[in-house]
Amino acid sequence: MSVLIDEKTRVLVQGITGGEGSFHATQMIEYGTKVVAGVTPGKGGLRFQDKVPVFNTVKEAVRETEATASVIFVPPPFAADAILESVYAGIEIIVCITEGIPALDMLSVYQVVKSHGVHLIGPNCPGVISPEKSKMGIMPGFIHKEGPVGVISRSGTLTYEAVGQLTSLGIGQSTCIGIGGDPVIGTRFIDALALFSEDEQTEAVVMIGEIGGSAEEEAAAWIQKNFTKPVVSFIAGQTAPPGRRMGHAGAIISGGKGTAAEKMKALSEVGIHVCQSPADIGRTVKEVMGI
Amino acid sequence: MKIHEYQAKEILKRYLVPVPRGKVAFSVDEAVTLAKELKSEVTVVKAQIHAGGRGKGGGVKLARSVDEVREAARQILGMHLVTHQTGPEGKLVKKLLIEEGMSIARELYLGMVLDRSVSQLVMMASTEGGMEIEKVAAETPEKILKEWIDPCLGLKSYQARNLAFGLGLSGKEVNSAVAFMLALYRAFTEMDASLAEINPLIVTTDGQVIALDAKINFDDNADFRHSEYAGMRDLDEEDPLEVEASRFDLNYIKLDGNVGCMVNGAGLAMSTMDIIKLAGGEPANFLDVGGGANVDTVRDGFKIILRDENVKAILINIFGGIVRCDRVAKGVIEAAETIEIKVPVVVRLEGTNAIEAGELLNTSNMDVIVATTLEDAAQKVVNTLRSK
Repeated sequence: MSVLIDEKTRVLVQGITGGEGSFHATQMIEYGTKVVAGVTPGKGGLRFQDKVPVFNTVKEAVRETEATASVIFVPPPFAADAILESVYAGIEIIVCITEGIPALDMLSVYQVVKSHGVHLIGPNCPGVISPEKSKMGIMPGFIHKEGPVGVISRSGTLTYEAVGQLTSLGIGQSTCIGIGGDPVIGTRFIDALALFSEDEQTEAVVMIGEIGGSAEEEAAAWIQKNFTKPVVSFIAGQTAPPGRRMGHAGAIISGGKGTAAEKMKALSEVGIHVCQSPADIGRTVKEVMGI
Repeated sequence: MKIHEYQAKEILKRYLVPVPRGKVAFSVDEAVTLAKELKSEVTVVKAQIHAGGRGKGGGVKLARSVDEVREAARQILGMHLVTHQTGPEGKLVKKLLIEEGMSIARELYLGMVLDRSVSQLVMMASTEGGMEIEKVAAETPEKILKEWIDPCLGLKSYQARNLAFGLGLSGKEVNSAVAFMLALYRAFTEMDASLAEINPLIVTTDGQVIALDAKINFDDNADFRHSEYAGMRDLDEEDPLEVEASRFDLNYIKLDGNVGCMVNGAGLAMSTMDIIKLAGGEPANFLDVGGGANVDTVRDGFKIILRDENVKAILINIFGGIVRCDRVAKGVIEAAETIEIKVPVVVRLEGTNAIEAGELLNTSNMDVIVATTLEDAAQKVVNTLRSK
């Protein structure tokens, strides 16, 4: 098994006719993702690549195609609305790639997502991939390989780096979840860990955090009580200056809180294998798993 | 995005949050004119820089006559104000807030921020006005009252009353405080703030609740719906290289080290800084060239990095996903042809078309050190510093 998505997941793409959306929809189809529908308001009736039907609304797309998952490539001013549209159309897994959504827009969206029991991944994330089954996102498929390691990360290319290290050591992944670099995200480390906890394919987890917020500390406390599989972690931003936003909206040390050192300490204290160097992620997983 | 106190107070005033009467002055003469207009028994002259702790550093003075205002303005304008937030070099003061003095009965604290652990805004109040809230939180957390705000309901009156009574206010002070808090909430959400701090929030001797100081930060992601943000940006408060980089749409932050780095993706950029440090170097900057690294972004990136005279070597680390490494390699080669690069350049390209990219770099005339892994790249770039 994998978590969230697999080869059977029926995916719709919101913003399928836009530049980003059409490029990545094509890539996803090539990877094997079952893309059953696209949505662009005003473009209903078209067919994407002569095959995938495009609808004006998510509601209509779900009714006609039984899509259960949606990946969103909609510009920031309209992305929060696109998430809500999916929630109220009955979509169960929503992946929002969009970077730059105002934080206040996400607060009510977060509340709606939680009250509906829907999985929202992101925003501002590379998406989700269950290697060799399905991908919903913008990650390069070819660096992945199916296997026993679950990956959870707040970053994009740093996740590719970690996955690249694992694959080159012959270690595959069950599912890789890019949870996103924003301060308000739908799925946090704890939510993702809970999914991997129940998944038989997943034998170990790589958790990649970064400066800002306290999600890593909260995950450490949760892992100590609830999670029995080995966890390897890396925290980006050990050299980041306080008070500066390091690219991601959520990557900022504010009021002396959210430093890499604090997070690394909290994780180490509960027995998580914390790598000092981002180059050691793959090696450490290999050691910890005894392979 | 940060703004000045006088700008924050202008916004608050618009939302009917009570603030002292006052205006910004850019010269001593203007300060004097404003003071005459204010006709206040006591006038406060406040340095306007993007940093806290201005009073302790000598950036805030009380004046009891127009002559005293002139003297205070002379002293503060043009000074390099040093506070615990400015660093030892301080910040040059170019603007003053000229404001009426208040008769203070109590100094309190009021703040609003996003509580990321619950994904809700929280309004915080404390009786410890004038103190840094981080210090209060660390030493006496019980003195901070909090009300978490349901985003679908907004701040409700009962919550504001909880805070007001919790602060020990009574009588008409409570009503003033409640009105203040509801107005602050409106200002915060309508302006897409990411932080608001009223420290101190004062109760005057006649029972008014007023923002004596005000700090507001904006959410940069919301700038598409706030055309007024741009007009409030003060480029004097930013690093000149960072301003330049922002014109190229590059995400650049200047640091103090000697190894420049150019990376795609924020997480990988931070990690590259970290591994440079672990290898024994010091990162000179954070630079995320983003998902669309091409000839232009690489060339602009080089220009910005090389403007920093401390840079003695450059590390380019690209993990090509959607970005094709051979295109990035071509960008590096083209950039090297058009701009003079006098420091060693280590390039590590991984992912899509990495092999083709390596061949391009190896067969080019460019003097470049090609690295394979992240570790190899960090080691090689630090070695170039040592071999000098």
